[in-house]
Amino acid sequence: MSHSKPLSVPALEQVYDALATAIDTAGPGKSELFLVKLALLNANALGDAAVFEAQVAAALKDL
Amino acid sequence: MHEPHAEPRRSIYYRYQVHAPWLASKHPPQDRKKVVIVGAGPIGLFAALELARLGVPCVLLESELQVSEGSRAIVFTRRSMEILQQVGVDAPITANGLPWRFGNSFYRGQRVYRMEAPHDPDDRFFPMINLQQQYLEQYLTEAVLAHPLIDMRWGNRVTRVDPKDSFVRVEVDTPEGSYLLESDWLVASDGARSGIRAMMDLKLEGASYEGRFVIADIRIDLPLPTERLAFFDPDWNPGNTILMHREPHGIWRVDYQLPPDETPEQALAPGSLKARIDAQLAMIGHAGTPWTMDWCSVYSARALTLPDYVHGRVLFIGDAAHMLPIFGVRGANTGWQDAQGMAWRLAFVARGVAPEALLQSYSSERVAAAWEIIDEAGKSTRFMTPPTRGFRLLRDAVLSLSLSQPFVGPLYHWRTSRPHEYTHSPLNSAGDDNGLFKAGPGHGAPPQNIRLGADDYLLDHLGGGFDLLYFTDGPAIPEALRKVVAATRAGGVPMRVVAVGAAEPVAGADLTLADADGHFRQRYGVLAGGAAYLLRPDQHICARWMSLDAGRLQSALATALGGPTGNSSTLAARKGA
Repeated sequence: MSHSKPLSVPALEQVYDALATAIDTAGPGKSELFLVKLALLNANALGDAAVFEAQVAAALKDL
Repeated sequence: MHEPHAEPRRSIYYRYQVHAPWLASKHPPQDRKKVVIVGAGPIGLFAALELARLGVPCVLLESELQVSEGSRAIVFTRRSMEILQQVGVDAPITANGLPWRFGNSFYRGQRVYRMEAPHDPDDRFFPMINLQQQYLEQYLTEAVLAHPLIDMRWGNRVTRVDPKDSFVRVEVDTPEGSYLLESDWLVASDGARSGIRAMMDLKLEGASYEGRFVIADIRIDLPLPTERLAFFDPDWNPGNTILMHREPHGIWRVDYQLPPDETPEQALAPGSLKARIDAQLAMIGHAGTPWTMDWCSVYSARALTLPDYVHGRVLFIGDAAHMLPIFGVRGANTGWQDAQGMAWRLAFVARGVAPEALLQSYSSERVAAAWEIIDEAGKSTRFMTPPTRGFRLLRDAVLSLSLSQPFVGPLYHWRTSRPHEYTHSPLNSAGDDNGLFKAGPGHGAPPQNIRLGADDYLLDHLGGGFDLLYFTDGPAIPEALRKVVAATRAGGVPMRVVAVGAAEPVAGADLTLADADGHFRQRYGVLAGGAAYLLRPDQHICARWMSLDAGRLQSALATALGGPTGNSSTLAARKGA
């Protein structure tokens, strides 16, 4: 798992709003592409393919 | 009755020569042959030359009367040039080809990635050189026709193959009817649609991809350097990929992907070709530049291999053995490595100086290489022609990110053909010092070339048998080693000794390289005199020692010759038998 600190609640709320707004900005035709780009940018910032794969597995749960 | 096309093929840059068919009625009755090679494409021609160089006569059967229709292969790698140098055809390729080392990927008019292939000062050849396949086949054919041990037969098509335990019988159709030919060994180099493979009912394993491509060679004057150009998802061909390569004689290869529902007939209709090539030219800023079509074809990306390349007395090389995606120039460049790996082993087996079991290591090394290529090419293919919605989304995300985020750039770089390292080959010596070296080519690796002087490189001096590189500043190769070398030669196995590191010629060496500045020793990780490398006849390293002794040299040679515990006396006995 990640060594970085978990987000504080205000920061998590900030991310929540930013992501929702960006999905609306991208629009229904491009939101999927936008999310994949974002995932790749986050993976690169994370710098750890194993942690990324664990997050992929977590996100695939309970769809 | 076989009726090969007897008119010169049409081309706007190449003059085809039609050769006379070989007719049995004009020749005396034939004995059983040592080796028959089926298919005189670039791989079969090379195999014949390499076998002949090692003293084995062969018959080369070619169903056509002239070289390749259109240029299928156009890009040849450094290792291919090193292999072709071994049979003396590198010079005309160097003189007439276009060398290059940069590749560019474009998206939305922006160059999003630039590939730079390294060019080491110790290398004689460029990473890549472009030349039309017809010229390459012509140079190889000229060498074949000049070689007294090669019996070249144009217009001879194999229509039946009948493998026996100790030989193979084939029925050969010619313009005057068919004849029977028997051979101790048969080499199938009859290409992707191998008739030998089909007649023997051998199945390929692997995957076929959906994507289909048009390749078109056009004559056009474009003020662009010799670099690979790749265009992703252009407006005129959404979601698909276009490649462009410069070829000699003012020819450009344009290679574009087709929409999934289009047939080859639709794709090759003149109107369709013209509209698409014009659209591509417009996109790169050269709308309206006149061009002429030379040749075009449709291909699909496949990644398939036979699971075994040796079937009794029949050996498969090149596209007859496997079909590989051409992204990454893996067709002919893989085939020559096959042919080189096959030829020295077959030569030694056919001459009775090595056991038949040696051929199994040809198959194991090259099948493993094919699977490695299939795995690597699969990654390129998934980017070029995404097989699922998920892969397409990721590819599109990478295209989009690449306009501002350089970290995704390397995903554009599909891996190109490279020489394979036979790290786990059974021919590698078990008792050498491979693990102690900190530099230099290791077990199973191809050699590292060394620049010795102006227009003078190490690989110019190697090949035609085993090469022992012995590092010494002393006056002579030690007597015990010389005895092993002499016994090896007496057993019918060609071997040369190259001394490295002495200013004066070293006694017992066929060649002495001074290496005054120590550069050679440094690149080969040599720390002291007495170190050595043993290179197989295909120049791959099979043993290296920090300090060589006669027992370990003998053992390494026996292992590399496929013997169980063999030594030079058993080799001599085999030869006598």
